[in-house]
Amino acid sequence: MTVPVLSAQNIGKSYGSGANRFDALKGVSVDIRAGESVAIVGKSGSGKSTLMHLLALLDDPDSGALLVEGTDAKKLKGKEVNRLRNQDFGFVFQQFFLTANASVLENVVLPLKIAGVSPKARRARGMKALEQLELADKAKNKAMNLSGGQKQRAVIARALVNNPKVIFADEPTGNLDTATGAVVEDILFSLNKDKGITLIIVTHDIDLAARCDRQIFIRDGIEDVTRSPEAISKPEGARA
Amino acid sequence: MKFVDIITSAIANSFRSKLRTGLTVIAIFIGAFTLTITSGIGTGVTSYINSQVSAIGAADVLTVSKTDDAAATESDGPAAYDPEKATTISLGNGSRPGSTIQALTDADLDTIKATSGILGVDPAVQVTPDFIEYDGSGKFELTVNAPATLTTADLAAGAQLDNESATDQLLLPTTYLDALGFSTPESAIGQTVSIGITDFAGTPQQVPATIVGVQNETILGAGAGLNQPLTDRLHDVELAGTPAGAPQSYASATARFDLDASDEEIVAIKADLADQGYASQTVADQIGSFETVINVIIGVLNAFAVIALIAAGFGIINTLLMSVQERTREIGLMKAMGMNGGRVYALFSTEAVFIGFLGSALGALVAVGVGSVISNILATTVFENLPGLQVVQFAPSSIAIIIGVVMLIAFLAGTLPARAAARQNPIDALRYE
Repeated sequence: MTVPVLSAQNIGKSYGSGANRFDALKGVSVDIRAGESVAIVGKSGSGKSTLMHLLALLDDPDSGALLVEGTDAKKLKGKEVNRLRNQDFGFVFQQFFLTANASVLENVVLPLKIAGVSPKARRARGMKALEQLELADKAKNKAMNLSGGQKQRAVIARALVNNPKVIFADEPTGNLDTATGAVVEDILFSLNKDKGITLIIVTHDIDLAARCDRQIFIRDGIEDVTRSPEAISKPEGARA
Repeated sequence: MKFVDIITSAIANSFRSKLRTGLTVIAIFIGAFTLTITSGIGTGVTSYINSQVSAIGAADVLTVSKTDDAAATESDGPAAYDPEKATTISLGNGSRPGSTIQALTDADLDTIKATSGILGVDPAVQVTPDFIEYDGSGKFELTVNAPATLTTADLAAGAQLDNESATDQLLLPTTYLDALGFSTPESAIGQTVSIGITDFAGTPQQVPATIVGVQNETILGAGAGLNQPLTDRLHDVELAGTPAGAPQSYASATARFDLDASDEEIVAIKADLADQGYASQTVADQIGSFETVINVIIGVLNAFAVIALIAAGFGIINTLLMSVQERTREIGLMKAMGMNGGRVYALFSTEAVFIGFLGSALGALVAVGVGSVISNILATTVFENLPGLQVVQFAPSSIAIIIGVVMLIAFLAGTLPARAAARQNPIDALRYE
């Protein structure tokens, strides 16, 4: 039995205090194994984004423990956490978070710049990542001049540029039309299959979730174990 | 993130909002411009005074005169006559015409000479020659600049006066060159001129003198300088025919002390002289009051410049706070990608320092340009009679200090926004819409 890449053990997180206290997560346990694709599914406000943030070490859990390859994240120094986020994790966001008036290449090499890679190596690796996503011809364009699909591909290139072990994708197709969304999905899953990059997708899109190896349903801050893949196809209530 | 990347990113970031950065740069520019100009005026005026007075050359000289009669000021009526007391003179010898001053007699000179710390004393004799003539080219009035022997002259050509020399030396102002028929300052050096002077009996006499140097015009009097032997010789001619036994009196005397004397020793000598009833001033004392006034004026101008810079500092705070606000998501993203708070802080404070550098370097550069132009214009118009005066002069070191200080102010102003940026939580920053 291999050690999971990420392991959440009964983690909880709450925001605010007193009367305003809001328990976003009330104790969730998840094991993410290397190479698998996992969907974290839930309505907005269910706590699925909070879970992803905790898994990505962007936030500290209030209760429970998070193990990174068997090591408690609390015992990791700030420097190691930064190194993990910089080199082992890649992030894909619904809102892209591209710097609008910087060039596509500059946006893509940002993680390398933070890591302190030399400008020459940055350029080479950035172009390689862009070629992979067929965006090499747009390298010098400003990020704001790209279409939605191109923007998301640039974001994926940015997530890939450091050869991460895990890619966290928060609603990666949320801002894209169906056709473009499908292309982006295909790219993500091919990375998972061909390169063995672990994929953690946060979504409320059941079709996207269904393409993942495994689904974790979050509802009101806890894992909804009653939900099965069959239940997804006949969801109760309206779903976006 | 590497240091170089932080600097290049910070510079690129500051150009992202050009209008906002530009306005802040203008605010800093005004402060830096004012500071550079005022410091330039300070440098210019000070260096002019120094070249004029050459305090160093006269550092070992005290001008000694008799203290005003104490009794006359302390009681209402005139002081009782004291036949033992020094003569009073009313005209000539440097006093205000028609006024009465206490004069120094030969006995006073001996007393001064006996004062501890005083190496020698010379009475300040004033001679009034009638004319100067060179090579039969015509006679011209000659004014004598009495303190010339005390100071080191600002020379156009030739050498300084030598009081130890046996020859009769003359230091000619540049204004005399044309009249006497010299084409260049150099051509006058070594030539012999004759000085006309009337003796006590009213007979005109002529005394030859050698031109050793040509002096630029000064603020200390435009006359010619005479060395001590020439002064003595002219004085002797003037006194020729004086009834025997007529007492000699002098308005003031110059006393020399050890050049290496410390400030305390000079103060002690002055106090000693004051106890004996003599007022004494070093050249530094005389210039000091003048320099104090100039320093106060420059200080006030600098204070205004600093106020402008403080206002500009708030401009920097404002600019960067808006920048942090605008880039919240970008900061969040960089932190999510493993950039630590220290680097984020460095990024924003570097941006502040860069804005400060931009404003101060531009301000200093323009100030140097404008100051030089104005200074040149003034030198040929308002200050035409003061050759050598460049009102605004720039010392590279003081410009470097100004730029450095402005960058420091900018860094301090950037501290607050940079801290705000460094403390951003990546999650909150990424959620920010």
